[in-house]
Amino acid sequence: MRHYLIEASYFVASILFILGLRGLSHPETARRGMHLAEFGMLMAIIGTLMHQEIVSYEWIIAGLLLGSAIGTGIGLWVPMTAMPQRTAFSHAFGALAAALVGISEYSLHGANLSKFTMGAIGFDVLLGSLTTTGSLVAFAKLQGMLPGRPMTYKGQNIFNLSLLGVIIVAFVILIFHPGATALFYLMAVLSLVFGVLLVLPIGSADMPVVIALLNAYAGLASAAIGFAISNNVLIIAGTLDGGSGFILSIVMCRAMNRSITAVLFGAFGKVSDVATSAAGGTMREANVEDLAPQLAYARQVVFVPGYGMATAQAQHAVRELSTALEEAGVTVKFAIHPVAGRMPGHMNVLLAEANIPYSQLYELEQINPDFPATDVAVVVGANDVVNPDARDNSSSPIAGMPILEVDRAKSVVVLKRGSGKGFSGLENPLFTKQNCEMLYGDAKESLTQLTQAVLKV
Amino acid sequence: MSSQTAIATLYLFMLAAFLGYQVISRVPSLLHTPLMSATNAISGISLVGSLVAAGAQHTTLSTILGFIAVTCATTNVVGGFVITDRMLRMFKKKPAPPKEEKP
Repeated sequence: MRHYLIEASYFVASILFILGLRGLSHPETARRGMHLAEFGMLMAIIGTLMHQEIVSYEWIIAGLLLGSAIGTGIGLWVPMTAMPQRTAFSHAFGALAAALVGISEYSLHGANLSKFTMGAIGFDVLLGSLTTTGSLVAFAKLQGMLPGRPMTYKGQNIFNLSLLGVIIVAFVILIFHPGATALFYLMAVLSLVFGVLLVLPIGSADMPVVIALLNAYAGLASAAIGFAISNNVLIIAGTLDGGSGFILSIVMCRAMNRSITAVLFGAFGKVSDVATSAAGGTMREANVEDLAPQLAYARQVVFVPGYGMATAQAQHAVRELSTALEEAGVTVKFAIHPVAGRMPGHMNVLLAEANIPYSQLYELEQINPDFPATDVAVVVGANDVVNPDARDNSSSPIAGMPILEVDRAKSVVVLKRGSGKGFSGLENPLFTKQNCEMLYGDAKESLTQLTQAVLKV
Repeated sequence: MSSQTAIATLYLFMLAAFLGYQVISRVPSLLHTPLMSATNAISGISLVGSLVAAGAQHTTLSTILGFIAVTCATTNVVGGFVITDRMLRMFKKKPAPPKEEKP
């Protein structure tokens, strides 16, 4: 009887998870969907607590309370600009939880495991361990605790691949000899090391792909645990999470015209400047007094936010300027590149936080035909996603990457901290074009000054 | 596990993968960040495995590992759902009345 109740709770939870994710296909149904998923999770937890193997509840209650406290704290107080770090951190936690369940299963049954179960536990521990450390490195990079530049050394790829080879050999041996305890723990430790080495050489600009990939691995680790303890809701939820991560990494790779292998082994960002088009001409510096009337008398202004907007926390200042312009009768739109920021959808969340309605946000394909009819394109801390070299210069390292064609607007203003290069280290010929002006300084301050000047026009 | 069950779980995995592909492809890029935190919270379902490990009292090691796993997974479930809801509340179709609140 108890068994059926537990299975029924898992069954309902699976349905609710799927319905919950389906709700995310539209912003208006999204919250309701998430409430369904939350309810499903509650059902699954209550169901599990009835499990007959559970004899003591102290550690469970302690873990649930501690986890809820940490989770609520993180959930309520992490600022939206830090969302990529938070996500990387939670991948680490999820993967660690999955890996630990696998290790605990192995420590109990060890030599008696069937090939199938050993295979599942092996997958779980391998993926879980490498995702744990990989996500922590990604977290450290995003948080600025480690340099964002790719960290490379000679023979790195060969070393990493050989390490992966050793891990896989250990895994295969374990499937046939599950009793080789030392080998099992060696595999876990090597996977932890591999996770660090895998993410270290990846530069900040590629972080959206890496975060999505780690998401996929964490999900697959959960699914593998489902196989190991033959729990269907774990398989379903883990697969949904894994699938979502893979879809997102593919979307991100397409948006950069790069393959996943190139991201993992390419060490973007140490490209020599040979391939960039000669940055002839000089950059023209704009000043707030001249820009304000230009903006206020424009018919259409398009904002292009990038990671710089997030680091400057300038989303509210953007919103103030856009409101001032709208009051002056200007049509204001926002152009969002899929890889702007450090994770999928990063810019959308920041603009939503600043109270900008999502009907004003446009995707790449929607907004590009609109640029020739745009009087001023305002680039706030974006660089590579507006680099015309991707379109015009076939020898550029980012050639073929879809860009927001701001250079086709009547005029362009680039808000930038200094005259340095972008994260990919490439020259951006946009900056020296005839119709482009630079406004140097902290994006938030520049925008506030612009807003005041626009209000005076 | 019998080979029959093993095969059935593989089928389940395949069907879940196809279904997931269909459902998640429909999520607009607008909501990709909430999607990521939502799937993260949902995959905290590994909690069901760690709860048993923490409460079964097989060995001290498995209890400790289970306790850590319960803590991590709960952090993800609670944190993931709280933050997803916080984000989704911000997405508005029409301009909100200006200056209602400063978070």
